[in-house]
Amino acid sequence: MRNKEKETILLGHGSGGRLTHELIRDVFLEKLANPVLGFLGDSGILPETEGRIAITTDSFVVSPLFFAGGDIGTLAVNGTVNDLAVSGAIPKYLSLGAIIEEGFPVADLKRIVSSIARSAEESGVIVVAGDTKVVERGKGDGLFLSMSGTGIMRNGYPPQRPPGPGDSVIVSGPVGDHGAVILASRAHLETADSFGSDCAAVTSLVQALFDEGIVPRFMRDPTRGGLAGVLCDLAQDTSAGVEVMEQHVPVKPEVETICNITGVDPLYLACEGRVVAVVDSSQSDRAVDVWKRSGAGDGAACIGKLTDNERGRVIIRTRYGGARHLMRLTSEILPRIC
Amino acid sequence: MSDVIERYRDPCLFESLVRRIGRHSPRRPLTLMHVCGTHENAVARFGIRNLLPDWLRIIAGPGCPVCVCPPADINAAVQLALDHDAVIATFGDMVNVPADDVSLADARADGGDVRVVYSAADAVTIARKEKDRQVVFFAVGFETTACTSAAVALAQPPENLSMLVSHRLIPPALDALERIDGLCIDGFLLPGHVLAVTGTGSYVEFCKANSTAAVVAGFEAVDIMLGVGSLVDMIIRGESDVQNAYPRAVRSDGNRRALQAVNQAFDTVDSAWRGLGVIPASGLALQKDLSHMDASGRFDIRTDKVIADDPPGCECSSVMTGLKEPESCALFGTACRPDSPKGPCMVSSEGTCRNRYFFERA
Repeated sequence: MRNKEKETILLGHGSGGRLTHELIRDVFLEKLANPVLGFLGDSGILPETEGRIAITTDSFVVSPLFFAGGDIGTLAVNGTVNDLAVSGAIPKYLSLGAIIEEGFPVADLKRIVSSIARSAEESGVIVVAGDTKVVERGKGDGLFLSMSGTGIMRNGYPPQRPPGPGDSVIVSGPVGDHGAVILASRAHLETADSFGSDCAAVTSLVQALFDEGIVPRFMRDPTRGGLAGVLCDLAQDTSAGVEVMEQHVPVKPEVETICNITGVDPLYLACEGRVVAVVDSSQSDRAVDVWKRSGAGDGAACIGKLTDNERGRVIIRTRYGGARHLMRLTSEILPRIC
Repeated sequence: MSDVIERYRDPCLFESLVRRIGRHSPRRPLTLMHVCGTHENAVARFGIRNLLPDWLRIIAGPGCPVCVCPPADINAAVQLALDHDAVIATFGDMVNVPADDVSLADARADGGDVRVVYSAADAVTIARKEKDRQVVFFAVGFETTACTSAAVALAQPPENLSMLVSHRLIPPALDALERIDGLCIDGFLLPGHVLAVTGTGSYVEFCKANSTAAVVAGFEAVDIMLGVGSLVDMIIRGESDVQNAYPRAVRSDGNRRALQAVNQAFDTVDSAWRGLGVIPASGLALQKDLSHMDASGRFDIRTDKVIADDPPGCECSSVMTGLKEPESCALFGTACRPDSPKGPCMVSSEGTCRNRYFFERA
């Protein structure tokens, strides 16, 4: 007889009894163990630290769980680490909550936990607290992850001078890769093996700027809502106008094609490994160059500037000489009919 | 392939086409109408209207499939989702358009099972996977999507799949437009997607009968300017004919297999359009031998309620027929915005009001 409990998540794995203990030991601790987590108390006790602490939390419900270039595990770690990094913090600790649907394959869970471990190691962070719950079949979508993270803020960040007219807007690479991968997978569009999500930590990109003495006046990772969402936030938060040159916004040809087929604007598609920053215009060329040289920002580009015009709004200048307003998404991203 | 498309995005070529049009002086204003949501999106997105000479205007006709769908059909889909526990599978923007203040997205929030699909074939996949559920494909769109619905209907789909057919045909709508008082159109920019299926041949008679010019155009910036340029040339020469400015996708006889499927699966029927009323032979209904697949026969759908085309104050009907520009509607940009739309033209990404709001107020 097959050993069902080793292959499939059962409700018993969430009971708090033997199966729960084995699940934590054989699946989670196996890959994530460290001195703080290994203690398995009700709290992770962290060493004393100096400085301001940044904290962030996020939930991950991506479908499909595995996609070209990553999975829900890499997405959770990188998403959390990136929120800390673009806030000006050096990411340190993560907590992980896993809500697993009854019947979920243990092999898939192991694969995802391995991704979490690998991504955490790459970013120099550790998982110091965790929780698992199992929900009945039909009450979850395979697996949901919830992750919180803390980091130590860099001294002097954010800078006193806020972003304002005259500053440049830069992006660390092509936009929309992650969103396009998910869109293509849901639309059953086949893509080249070489094309995948941009899911990655942006810590090295942020560090590269500070190492060069470039202190950005604004940094965000354009995840849900895409570049458009971040630019709208920027315009609203600074009350400046944001003017973007469409032909300067880097978009991979694969993303362009997927967008052409589905009728979705790449500016609204999520990135999971890019940074949008505002820097002094005298530093923008150097910042783009630093990113390009860092290896993680090959496609970096200066895409526009903050202006005194149309304050609080984002204007896109098209390559044909026209202009349009960019607004936040008003609902879910939907493919057009034909 | 991308190299080919890149040529149709070349800003220099685009500019030279714009300049060429500007050299004409027809001594009277010309109005061109397109009948395609994707054309409206492209015209607006590329900022084309701002670049045309003063004497040339492009207006949008009833080309957004979501917008022309009559409220009664949306209401039927909502009933199927909420009262009959059916899975409703339909295309993107269709979920957001309200009828009588309730959209399929609202129905989903109230517990209805509404799913966005990318093709009719996706609905078959759902029906095969979920054998214990009734799955209804809400089939909307023009000839472009009608042929895919036909292909599914003819391929013996699973018994738990049915169709709420709300397909519409473009040529009868053009005829109807010609009969609208106060609407003066010098030429039509025809939708490349639709004519890839139907071919150009079926439009020749329309042009001759109405002494009008028409050009089928593609969707890149250069495609559109090629189409506009040819159409202006034809109007100035007084030609009543159809020209093909999208030969890489459109043939005179269209896609024979697709047309054959449509003819085998559907009969043409008189159908209601939002904004245009009932137009003779402008819609499709499943043929008798496929009628077991018709959702309106399989389920008891109430049709007694009369739902106005436009919510109070909304002028979508006039916008869709080209009688009014979005800006002349009192609600446009104030009470009706993309984040709080009142009418379908502000809901759909192919809607004239939404495109005007996003792209042309800059």
